[in-house]
Amino acid sequence: MSTALGQWLMSETPTSRRQAILGNAYRAVRAIVANPTALAGLVIVAVLVLMAVFAPLLALGKSPLDQDLAGRLAPPSAAHWFGTDELGRDIFARTLFGARVTLTIVLLVSVVVAPIGLAVGTVAGYLGGWVDTVLMRITDIFLAFPRLVLALAFAAALGPGIENAVIAISLTAWPAYARIARSETLAIAHSDFIQAVVLQGASTWRILFRHIVPLCLSSVIVRLTLDMAGIILTAAGLGFLGLGAQPPAAEWGAMVSSGRDVILDQWWVATIPGVAIFIVSLGFNLLGDGLRDVFDPKSA
Amino acid sequence: MSTTGTAGVFLDPPRTHLAAVVLRRTGSFLASLAATFIGLTAVTFFISRLTKIDPVLAVVGDKATKAAYDRAYEALGLGQSIFVQYFIYLRRLLGGDFGMSVLTARPVLSDLVRVFPATFELATIATIVGVLVGVPAGVLAAARQGRWPDHVIRVVGLFGYSVPVFWLGLVGLFVFYGKLGWVSGTGRLDVFFDDVVTPRTGVILIDSALDGNWEIFANAFSHLILPASILGYYSLAYIARMTRSFMIDQLSQEYVTAARIKGNSFWRAVWRHAFPNIMVPLITVIGLSYASLLEGAVLTETVFAWPGLGLYITNALFNSDMNAVLGGTVLVGAVFIGINQVCDLLYRLFDPRLRAT
Repeated sequence: MSTALGQWLMSETPTSRRQAILGNAYRAVRAIVANPTALAGLVIVAVLVLMAVFAPLLALGKSPLDQDLAGRLAPPSAAHWFGTDELGRDIFARTLFGARVTLTIVLLVSVVVAPIGLAVGTVAGYLGGWVDTVLMRITDIFLAFPRLVLALAFAAALGPGIENAVIAISLTAWPAYARIARSETLAIAHSDFIQAVVLQGASTWRILFRHIVPLCLSSVIVRLTLDMAGIILTAAGLGFLGLGAQPPAAEWGAMVSSGRDVILDQWWVATIPGVAIFIVSLGFNLLGDGLRDVFDPKSA
Repeated sequence: MSTTGTAGVFLDPPRTHLAAVVLRRTGSFLASLAATFIGLTAVTFFISRLTKIDPVLAVVGDKATKAAYDRAYEALGLGQSIFVQYFIYLRRLLGGDFGMSVLTARPVLSDLVRVFPATFELATIATIVGVLVGVPAGVLAAARQGRWPDHVIRVVGLFGYSVPVFWLGLVGLFVFYGKLGWVSGTGRLDVFFDDVVTPRTGVILIDSALDGNWEIFANAFSHLILPASILGYYSLAYIARMTRSFMIDQLSQEYVTAARIKGNSFWRAVWRHAFPNIMVPLITVIGLSYASLLEGAVLTETVFAWPGLGLYITNALFNSDMNAVLGGTVLVGAVFIGINQVCDLLYRLFDPRLRAT
């Protein structure tokens, strides 16, 4: 980083809104990179994203779906780096494409869960009174539900598939975000800058979405990152039971399941996708721990 | 407090206050238990309406006459509003009527009673493993904060948070059963021991011990130890992390320093002075992890063909046996909610600060 640009970014007295935003982003990136845990997690997550985006290129022309029954259950070799599964499909290619499924689920759950949690939490925290009581009661009820079993029942009722797995997971995951958003809102609802906006005549919705929600975002994002591992594991569990992505799509949980029967003789079929699940959830756990250390030092 | 006569005057009001607090907290516990249970049943009711299965056929079966069908249609209140239907559903649940299982052709309730002990046995042994290893590990990590035991325990815990349980189960079977032969394979007993034990409690370890049949006891144990250890590992990771953070909190308090200055050894200060103070929150943590194990057993049971609640629910799932799925969900949910709420109550009742008032 050249010193002039560095000084401009680190300036304590930004002269424009853009400089302030870029400066804050730069400080956050520096803090994350300086934290070994966060950096390791970030690298793993970045690799996952790259794997998902460039899966067709990285698979070197191999398709995750092409069957080769003559070469089924072949051990890892130069031709098939991770071996082949019970239908002779290349496990390396399937693992790469499986990253897409995992990333899709993670993205969809985040997109569903964070806005619902933010909306419920900030409204409850800012309006208070009976709105707060009712919303928090509902949140508590959902918080007390057994996550995986409820997701199972939902997936069973709606039918298997990624969308339904996402709905099932989201349904049991949002309450934690509502609680976080509420406590953040309570902490800032009576501060001077909110009072100033009220005096300027801003509507309640404007205050909520333009002033309170942006300040809750960072804790929600940290929590989301910490939760990602759990979401990935639940999704993989649903896939393992046959309730996630449907065949022939490559999904890591379903791949482990397909290797179950041959675990004693052909260990690689079940082991390799399992390792992939493990590394990715480890990555999100490390990143989440690191982000918490960086953005919220007191709760570490 | 002082021993003068006036002290009694000051002590009396707090005591009635204490009773009132206990009463109020028990009341709010019951209210929140009821609210949560109503929420849970509302969700399962909603799920049962999501399926495309005709709820009348689910009750009377597909060979019922038109008259029987119409009677059941009336009894379920399907002609009436959704709230009446939910109310009828709730009344049936409270009466223990979970409907018939399509798969086993028996009432779901009797199926649940039959399979629950297996899950109970697994989750209990797993929790014992988790407590016996997790609590000392957490205390050690706190006492050696920032040094290598702390780092090792942290990495072991992080691994536990990240590894998929079904995969760990498969790898465990591959290594300890397939390669090393240290433990027995799937199921609760070897095939030739099936139906030998007289079911009293349904928990094979207890039943075989009551029979004095130690051969079966040993066999059941060798089947149990691997799935229980794998489940226990998850509760260990959680318990150790929480114990560590509670303990670090306590060790920074002045009374620990005071105990050290009085000449107590470091470990005596840790175990005799600091540890009792983390007992109450720790019991809550253990209860929570126990509840989540009852639930988390679903995947482990599938991998180990363990004939418990989880395997029952998943089998029912693939046979579109919605009565069984929802019955199992209600049972797991009720146990889960019950343990959660009781822990919460215990925590608030036994909070030492309450006694001090």
